[in-house]
Amino acid sequence: MKFLREILDKQKPLFEKGGKFEKFYYLYEAQDTFMFSPNTTANDKGVQVRDAIDLKRMMITVVVAMLPCLFFGIWNVGQQHAAATGQDLELMDQILIGLKVVLPVVIVAYVTGGLVEAVFAVIRKHPINEGYLVSGMLIPLVMPPTIPLWQVALASIFAVVIAKEAFGGTGMNVLNVALTARAFLYFAYPTDISGDVWTYFGDSTATDGFSGATALALGAATTTGESTGELVAQFNQSGFSFMDMMLGYIPGSIGETSTIMCMIGALILVGTGVGSWKIMVSVFGGAYFMGLIFNLIGANDFMLLPPHYHWVIGGLAFGAVFMATDPVTAAQTEKGKWIYGFLIGILTVLIRIFNPAYPEGIMLAILFMNVFAPLIDYNVVSANKKRRLKRATV
Amino acid sequence: MSKTIKLTKGLDINMAGKAERKIGESAQPETFVIKPTDFLAITRPKLLVKEGDNVKAGTPLFYDKFSPDIMYVAPVSGEIAEIIRGEKRKILEIRVLADKEIENELYDAKSISDISNLSREDAQKVMLQSGVWPNIIQRPFGIVANPEDTPKSIFVSTFDTHPLAPEYNFIFHRQEQNFQAGIDILSKFTSGTVNVNIDNKGEVAPIFAHISNAEVNKISGKHPAGNVGVQIHHIDPVNKGEIVWTVNPFGVIQIGKLFLTGKYDASKIIAVVGSEVKNPQYFRTFIGASISKFIEDNLNGNHSRFISGNVLTGERISKDGYIGYFDHQVTVIPEGDYYEFLGWMKPTSKKLSIHRAVGLFSFLNGGGKEYVLDTNSRGEPRAFVETGVFESVTPMDILPTYLVKSIMAEDYDDMESLGLLEIIEEDLALCEFVDVSKHDIQSIVRKGLDLLRTS
Repeated sequence: MKFLREILDKQKPLFEKGGKFEKFYYLYEAQDTFMFSPNTTANDKGVQVRDAIDLKRMMITVVVAMLPCLFFGIWNVGQQHAAATGQDLELMDQILIGLKVVLPVVIVAYVTGGLVEAVFAVIRKHPINEGYLVSGMLIPLVMPPTIPLWQVALASIFAVVIAKEAFGGTGMNVLNVALTARAFLYFAYPTDISGDVWTYFGDSTATDGFSGATALALGAATTTGESTGELVAQFNQSGFSFMDMMLGYIPGSIGETSTIMCMIGALILVGTGVGSWKIMVSVFGGAYFMGLIFNLIGANDFMLLPPHYHWVIGGLAFGAVFMATDPVTAAQTEKGKWIYGFLIGILTVLIRIFNPAYPEGIMLAILFMNVFAPLIDYNVVSANKKRRLKRATV
Repeated sequence: MSKTIKLTKGLDINMAGKAERKIGESAQPETFVIKPTDFLAITRPKLLVKEGDNVKAGTPLFYDKFSPDIMYVAPVSGEIAEIIRGEKRKILEIRVLADKEIENELYDAKSISDISNLSREDAQKVMLQSGVWPNIIQRPFGIVANPEDTPKSIFVSTFDTHPLAPEYNFIFHRQEQNFQAGIDILSKFTSGTVNVNIDNKGEVAPIFAHISNAEVNKISGKHPAGNVGVQIHHIDPVNKGEIVWTVNPFGVIQIGKLFLTGKYDASKIIAVVGSEVKNPQYFRTFIGASISKFIEDNLNGNHSRFISGNVLTGERISKDGYIGYFDHQVTVIPEGDYYEFLGWMKPTSKKLSIHRAVGLFSFLNGGGKEYVLDTNSRGEPRAFVETGVFESVTPMDILPTYLVKSIMAEDYDDMESLGLLEIIEEDLALCEFVDVSKHDIQSIVRKGLDLLRTS
């Protein structure tokens, strides 16, 4: 690897202060630190040794945790395509169809978002942030397979500029970047991200009897009718048995259908200590709790849905594992994390049941709690200050 | 009331190059220095000697214009060889070329009963003049104590949990009497109690086993359990407007010795440790010793960093540099100024990490493995992202992230209410070690303390 290092060293003076391409220093720095971890050493005073972690490694851990969801999503897109069009396809063909749909979305998200990052790094003179490694993967995973690519590009640009760089870059943002991208499309181009968009057809057409509805839509449809307690039966009829939803053999956004794959991701995040298990557990707990309460009220069929169904329908698991745990936008105090997660769970189910116009509650619940996370932290921090003050006067 | 405290948070950094329990044979260094910069609050040192003067061990070298009673004295007898100045003629070092036989300044020796009858005023006068006073450090701020204050309590931590730290029961072996006399003297200065905190892990060292005139508290846990700041936080926390003093056992012994023998004695045993030292062991020397004699022919590599103190809170010195006033160890580790191809994602179990992110397998090694750590910064500085890690290595009811951010924002109210007055930089040193975003937490903490102190 010596010759690579030599090439980089040769270029370095061009980008350093006084060099020809001084403006683009951070672009150089990004590739240099990507190839080689830097040769900087500890200051004269202070710690002389450092932990082996850095932000790049932390972020790549999240990307690794998302891979099961991505791989499953690629296959599922092909599988749903086959099921909806009534074709009998081999596994390889299903995967190929999935790749054809998913890869361009991933590439577009990474390239457009990455370009915006680079432009900002040059203009604002800050290092290119590793945070986009994660955002660039999250955005495709929460898009429906039929999403037009130009919308992916637009959403990525919007999210990076408005949700992140406007606040000063990774670490400073208030809203989760990937969810901002999705929310942007949701409100700007609602027809392309809701309704009959969850299955990729390509040139084929749907078989007779294909409905295209999701479990959430089915549930939302029952909120106006009499309560019969037959929603679960209806789910089973429409191919939304608990097991199917758990495993993810259902139409939906590219990466979020399989609760099992999200759980594998959760295991990686919790095992590596990168994601907060407190937030994950409390989101599931909050959703279950709210589901139970609605069971007791029981005004319509959706309310009567057994609470554990809320865990597997829609994107709750994906949101709880990958979105709610974003350390920058979540609550940052340990106590705050419990409250933050629990409220996300409660709000998700609340939105699902009371607002059929926006069946996917988790996205809005997380964005909403992103805004309130600083308030939660503020109270936890104030309690710490009060303990100190109280001690002083005793 | 004596307390038993068990701390669960923290991190023991297990490094290669532990000192063997023996005192090495080595010629005494020729020069010794006193650095005014070792005493944090000194702004205007006024010299009392000039180059060429002859001094005894204990002869005042300088004092601070703002607290003229506290003398800073020569550790050994000899000739003032050189006074090193920096920018704006700031005094950096006062070098003393040592005599073969050390001659001491003498004061009245006292019996144990005399010591108990001594008044605070009389004791204080001798302590200020003789040069033992700078052992007394004040919380908040971690500066040399003001003789006019009466602290609400005094704390002595009798163990050091820093990486490769010297064993106190070895370096203070057989100093029971001096230690007890020092405690007796110190107890005159506080309205409350003297707290002697001992390690609850192993056997109690004989020197600290039978202490009277003080509360003995038992502390157990990983580093920073030995940090006196952490102990104060759990035993008798510093509130706004309150003052607590802390003294290292070395200081207690030095004070005791002064009264029992009438001598200012700057002799100490230091540990020379680290993976780059061939025979890590202890050496007998004096405060401010030049380290070159101890590391000559005793090094493994030739590209090393020499640190006065430990790897968490220490300061880099040169190969022929001098050990700091308050330090009992010199650590030598490899310099880390190398590039590493794809170093940020290469799997490794050799690099220590508290994290378990992909490829970091050091957690599989268990606690018994000794690590060779170098000075590489292992990544680039970034904005705060990860949360909850600082908290896991801070065994105090303090929120490090918020505290550090409040200092960065120079928010005086928040710094104070979030507990900055309770800590000094060493208490958050582990946060700096584990930080994903590579902030210089300790220098930020010091900046905050300076802001509060001078506001």
